[in-house]
Amino acid sequence: MSQVEELPVPEVTSDRATPAGSRDAMRAAPIGSPTGDRAFRGVMTLFGLTILAVPAMMVAQLVRTSQLSLAKFGLSFLTSSTWDPVHQQFGAWPFIYGTVLSSLLALVIAVPVSIGLAIFLSDLAPSRLRKPLGFLVELLAAIPSVVYGFWGIFVLVPALRESVEPLIIKYLGSIPFFEGPPLGFGMLAAGVILAIMIVPTITSITREVLKAVPDTHREAAIGLGATPWDTIRYAVLPAARSGIVGAIILGLNRALGETMAVTMVIGNRPKAAASILAPGYSMASVIANEFAEADSDLYLSALAEMALLLLCVALVMNLMARWLVAMTKNRMGGTA
Amino acid sequence: MIDTDPQPAVVAETTKISVRKLNAYFDKFRAVKDIDLDIPEKRVTAMIGPSGCGKSTFLRCLNRMHEQTPGARAEGAVTLDGIDVYDRKIDPVRLRRQVGMVFQKPNPFPTMSIRQNVLAGHTLNGLKVKAPNEVVEQTLRAVALWDEVKDKLDQSGMSLSGGQQQRLCIARVLAVEPEVILLDEPCSALDPIATARIEELIDELKERYTLVLVTHNMQQAARVSDYTAFFYLGDLIEFDRTERIFTNPQVSRTEDYVTGKFG
Ligand SMILES: Nc1ncnc2c1ncn2[C@@H]1O[C@H](COP(=O)(O)OP(=O)(O)O)[C@@H](O)[C@H]1O
Ligand SMILES: [Mg+2]
Repeated sequence: MSQVEELPVPEVTSDRATPAGSRDAMRAAPIGSPTGDRAFRGVMTLFGLTILAVPAMMVAQLVRTSQLSLAKFGLSFLTSSTWDPVHQQFGAWPFIYGTVLSSLLALVIAVPVSIGLAIFLSDLAPSRLRKPLGFLVELLAAIPSVVYGFWGIFVLVPALRESVEPLIIKYLGSIPFFEGPPLGFGMLAAGVILAIMIVPTITSITREVLKAVPDTHREAAIGLGATPWDTIRYAVLPAARSGIVGAIILGLNRALGETMAVTMVIGNRPKAAASILAPGYSMASVIANEFAEADSDLYLSALAEMALLLLCVALVMNLMARWLVAMTKNRMGGTA
Repeated sequence: MIDTDPQPAVVAETTKISVRKLNAYFDKFRAVKDIDLDIPEKRVTAMIGPSGCGKSTFLRCLNRMHEQTPGARAEGAVTLDGIDVYDRKIDPVRLRRQVGMVFQKPNPFPTMSIRQNVLAGHTLNGLKVKAPNEVVEQTLRAVALWDEVKDKLDQSGMSLSGGQQQRLCIARVLAVEPEVILLDEPCSALDPIATARIEELIDELKERYTLVLVTHNMQQAARVSDYTAFFYLGDLIEFDRTERIFTNPQVSRTEDYVTGKFG
């Protein structure tokens, strides 16, 4: 920091002097060829429109394919728990429940771990360790999900079945949320494996966000006699808040859409059970598992509606996360 | 440094901070070399010298901020009221409440209101404030900011002008009642009018606090300080009463610098 402070760079953050003014100046007297500029702008607009067009086309396609199911089941598709291809009865509730619950479980486990890890990597770890550890975390994010799934089947599920779940049942088994036999495969396994998969995502983004908090904030706090932890709590985290929320939302999205690893450990039983130890099913999993064997138009249409619904669930959860943040921010006046 | 006098040339003053054989390193690089210096109580002591000569590094050794930089360390003795601040038993966190610091760029906490910024030192240290409103008013008055902000105490500190932000940062330091205030080029990001107000403030503060001011602006040193130390390439070249440094320096390099021949 010290050697930077001498550079005769004008205040970059001041939004008064240069940026707005120079932009106006450029508009008034364009430098370079106006046609080139127009072409550039055209191409960029095209790219921008593509970003809107692709999801729009996808949604249109899904809506078209799901017409049959929409017409037949209407709103009861959301609430019905029957998933019976033989009798052509389709209800999405167990899958919605499975997707939402497993993702929430994953967040509950992953968020504290990730934020703690990111703080450690950006502020607390000995400076020699920061780089290699950060690299390691990023490496974890690159592991294909089927590999996580395998690890889940051969390591996580047996461990849950033999050591973790019996303990949970012994001490918390009277609560409906934790009752049932220790099967290993189930909602808990899915939540844990999703958590492991999203920790690298949330950690590495949060770490970047924390590193981007100017050192002047830290110095201000340290200079006032703050301990390292208080420095992080009062000076670093509040400034990084919206970035951390962004990291969590990206993690959530990965969890919501994750198919392979979840399919391998969730148990694939279309039932919405209260207990996190019971097997369940997720929306992405059922689409992937049953698409190939969907032998009727209605079956296919129901799966398409499921995909549409998955999109909506993701959207709703994203909006809810953002809304939650806006709420707490207002209440706390933007401060801890 | 040619005629190294082991006892620095301060007469008839109480020493607040005494520095002996201080060396500061960034990894292998020695940025501050064998400094001996006595900083007098309730005076303004200025550190001048060309860019990169180690003024900031020296200043940051006084409240042990230097060691916050990865790879940085300091050797030697710095005593505050006769107590060695580099002693193992000294908690640097507590030291920094006694020796406050104001930085080059105004850095109010962006997520805190003006009021919260003033009380930040208390919040950060988990201290209860008995009469927070009075502390806020008193401190903001001390930095001549009260009249300008009294109607918007709950607005963000970032809504103020640069000069006001810097005074808010000084208020934030005053609120924890330090004995020494270190100022590292506190006016370099400010316009001349805001600078003049900070200089006035420094002049008032020296009645109650010991101030150490780093500046690369020689006129500023001449205007506000009682003592001036001239640094060059990590060495302390000369330390004396400010008027002597500027009118009758003993070392030719000091003279070259203050007369604008280099730097
Ligand atoms: N974080 C750092 N890492 C390595 N070298 C540094 C760092 N900060 C400052 N230095 C070096 O230490 C020397 C003194 O710097 P500094 O104390 O900031 O000078 P001044 O404040 O007098 O301009 C300079 O040569 C500078 O390049
Ligand atoms: Mg400096």
